[in-house]
Amino acid sequence: MPAVSVGNVGQLAIDLIISTLNMHKIGYFYTDCLVPMVGNNPYATAEENSAELSINAEVYALPSKKLVALQLRSIFIKYKSKSFCEKLLSWVKCSGCAKVVVLSSSHSYHRNDLQLRSTPFRYLLTPSMQKSVQNKIQSLNWEEMEKTPCIPEIDDSEFCVRVPGGGITKLLYDEGCSKEIPIAILLKFVSEGDNIPDALGLVEYLNEWLQIIKPHCEDPTASSLPWKMPSSWRLLFGSGLPPALF
Amino acid sequence: MAATFFGEVVRTPCRAGTEEEEEEEDGNRETPEDREVRRQLARKREVRLFRRQTKTTLEVSLLEKHPCSKFIIAIGNNAVAFLSSFVMNSGAWEEVGCAKLWNEWCRTTDTAHLSPTEAFCVFYHLKSNPSVFGSCPRKNMQVTILTCRHVTDYKTSESTSSLHTPFLKALKTQNFKEPPFCSLLEQPNIVHDLPAAVLSYCQVWRIPAVLYLCYTDVMKLDLITIEAFKPVLSSKSLKCLVKNIPQSTEILKKLMTTNEIQSNIYT
Repeated sequence: MPAVSVGNVGQLAIDLIISTLNMHKIGYFYTDCLVPMVGNNPYATAEENSAELSINAEVYALPSKKLVALQLRSIFIKYKSKSFCEKLLSWVKCSGCAKVVVLSSSHSYHRNDLQLRSTPFRYLLTPSMQKSVQNKIQSLNWEEMEKTPCIPEIDDSEFCVRVPGGGITKLLYDEGCSKEIPIAILLKFVSEGDNIPDALGLVEYLNEWLQIIKPHCEDPTASSLPWKMPSSWRLLFGSGLPPALF
Repeated sequence: MAATFFGEVVRTPCRAGTEEEEEEEDGNRETPEDREVRRQLARKREVRLFRRQTKTTLEVSLLEKHPCSKFIIAIGNNAVAFLSSFVMNSGAWEEVGCAKLWNEWCRTTDTAHLSPTEAFCVFYHLKSNPSVFGSCPRKNMQVTILTCRHVTDYKTSESTSSLHTPFLKALKTQNFKEPPFCSLLEQPNIVHDLPAAVLSYCQVWRIPAVLYLCYTDVMKLDLITIEAFKPVLSSKSLKCLVKNIPQSTEILKKLMTTNEIQSNIYT
C-alpha cells in the first residue's frame, strides 16, 4: 500500500505495480476518512475496459504471486488519518496478511549532511517484521531510516523515527510496532515536481527485495522500461496550451 | 518549501496534503483542554433532517418513511434550476424534508426564503408517484446526479479555450445498464466532493447510478448551461416526469430574470 506522501510517490509506485502486473480489482476500502473521488478505470487498456468506475480506495490482487495492493487516490480529511490507520490495520490483522509493505516518501530538504551524500532510499521494519526479513534486507545493503531528534530545538532531546512529508507513514510504523503487525516501510527522499522517476526508482527498490517482476538487467531482450505506466498518467501537468500563448 | 521573489522562504502546500501531519504531531503535545475544544467542535458538526415548515426534526429517518425507486439529486445552481424548471414544474411535488448542516466553515443563513437556485438541500417527492429514496439500498432504485464544473477543470490534450462549452459528460456505476446520453468522462478526469461521495456509495453498494456533469465556462446561473442538461430528459428516470417543455422554458426565463434583478446593485 502507499502512504499519501510528498510527491505522491507511493501512490504512483502502486499504480505502476497494478498496471504492470495487470492486477484485478477485488474490492473497495470504503471509508469516510478520505476525500471522495471517482473516475473511470485508470488502468484501461482498451475501449472495453475503460468504463469501469473507480473510487478513492480500492483493493487489487494477483493470486499467483499472493499479492494484494491497496491504492489510495485522495488525501485524508482533517484529523481522520489516525482513525484510518486503526481501521486499516484492524482489517490487515483480520485478513491474515503475512506482511505489509508501505511505499512512501519524505521531504528531501529535511535530509542531514550524511543523508545528502548517500542513497535516497530508506527502509524501516517493525519488530515483528525484523524477525522474518532482517537477513534478506541486510544482504541487500540497504540503509535503515536514521533516527533524528524528537524535538530539534532541544539539544539533549531523545532520538526517534521521523518521516517529514510521509503522511501516515510514521503513524503506521508506530501502530505496527505497538500491535505487533509485520510492516516494512520503503521510502525515498523526494521533492515535489515530476515524481514519475521517483516512483520508478521506488518500485525498482521494492523489486530488489520482493522480485515481483523479473529484474530487467537479467533479460537483455526486455525493453529498457519494464514498468507499464497506466493510461491515466496522461496530462499529469494539465491540458494542452492555448496556441495564442505563443 | 519555496523561496519568494524577495528571498523569504515560505512553506508551500504539499499536493499530498501532508502538512497536516505536523499539526497532528503537535496534537500529541496539546493540552486536555485543547482536545476537549476539538471534540466539542466535532460534535457540533452535524447533518440533520427536519421538516422546514414546522422546523421539527424528523423522528424517523426520512429515508425509511419514503422508500423509492428513483432518486434525483441536483448539486449547484444551474443543475438545481434545470431540475426545478424542467422536471419539478409538472405534477405536484411535495416537500418532505430538508437537511441542515453545520461545521466551522458554514455561513448558514435563514433557510426559509431561499430560491430554488441557491445552495441548500431540500427533499421533494412526487405526490402522484411517491419516489424519494430508501435508507437501505434497494435493488430496483436508480440514482441520477446532476452537477456542473468549470471547463478549466477538464483535462484534454488540446487547450480548454478551444472547447465548445457547455458540454455534458457522464460517469456511471457498474450496475447502471442504460446507455448514458453523452460520452463518458475519460481519464485522467475525475470528480470530487458530494457527487463523488454519492457515486462512490452507489458503486460500493451496487446501486445503479449515473452522474451527468456539465462543463461550462459560466458558473453563475446561465440559461445556456442549464439547457445543456436537456438530453438527460430522455432518460428512463426523467422521461415520465417531464410534461411540458415550453412551459419549462418560460419558468426558466422567469427564474433568470428574478435572479438578475436581485444581483443588480445599482437599483
